[in-house]
Amino acid sequence: MLKLPLHVLLADDDEDDRLIFKDALEEVKMKTKVTIVNDGVQLMDYLLQADSELPGIIFLDLNMPRKGGMECLQDIRNNKNLKNLTIAIYSTSASEEDIEDTFIKGANIYIKKPNDFNALVRILSEVITINWQYHTSDLNKDNFVLSI
Amino acid sequence: MKLHIKYDTVTVCKVVLQEQLEKLDIPFVFNSLGEVELKKPITYSQHKDINAALVKYGMEILDDQRSIFVQKVKDTIIEMVNSEERLASAKFSDYLAKKLNHGYGHISKIFSDVTYTSIETFIILQKIEKAKLLLMNGDLTLTEVAWKLNYSSVQHLSNQFKKTTGITPTAFQRIMKMRRGKV
Repeated sequence: MLKLPLHVLLADDDEDDRLIFKDALEEVKMKTKVTIVNDGVQLMDYLLQADSELPGIIFLDLNMPRKGGMECLQDIRNNKNLKNLTIAIYSTSASEEDIEDTFIKGANIYIKKPNDFNALVRILSEVITINWQYHTSDLNKDNFVLSI
Repeated sequence: MKLHIKYDTVTVCKVVLQEQLEKLDIPFVFNSLGEVELKKPITYSQHKDINAALVKYGMEILDDQRSIFVQKVKDTIIEMVNSEERLASAKFSDYLAKKLNHGYGHISKIFSDVTYTSIETFIILQKIEKAKLLLMNGDLTLTEVAWKLNYSSVQHLSNQFKKTTGITPTAFQRIMKMRRGKV
């Protein structure tokens, strides 16, 4: 069972986006603590280190140098220790096809990066509390899909 | 004149706790951290009794009582959603209040304080989860699922499904089918 504060992990190569994300997360009522990595290689290194504390949710940017979000998603779902982690894809694209494709490959949440800060706070609040319900109410994570 | 009394608050608290818990017939020990460790799990009503006994000494059980209460609210909601009896959603609040023996306002406040979610949202989430399961089993049509979960129409279920998950029930079925096909 997860405990508060909820451990949130963000993988994003854009420095501005990382800062905005961090600020927005601080506005969310539920207590969180955040770990930030700059790309997919760093993300997998972090997750595969034996002593890393696994996050309650990962926010994954799709377009990153070295290793993109899609590749990370597949690596995580194919790893027996990691495959149950909640993964939120965090992307600028919002084509129906991209969204369905990431869900089919095992993402739980698809977030279109919003343009304004308040919208991001609202989205993060919703995503984090719903994710929390899945953890604390014995809901089946396999059926957890949310496009926002 | 004044009496100067030296007292140790820790001892006072321990004695009060000891007396009250013994009176309620609840076996416990103080562990090395000075926490109360119960020898066996207690029921929700015992929990309430302990709190009632302690409140006059200015003591209360922290948080845990609220978590237990919230769990009870969740259990009741899940039971309602799964019951074969078709309960009108407007009646949910009455049913909860009656079953848990508290005003709905009180129940609703504790619930959102602890879970960061409103009861209404939680009920919708549970119903949509149930709809997902029924849709994945594939035996029922969307119309039948809507009827079973007491939606006034298919449209109403579709809208709520889309609002809650961001995708349509049909897209959900397609995604799950392809996901299973893949593994």
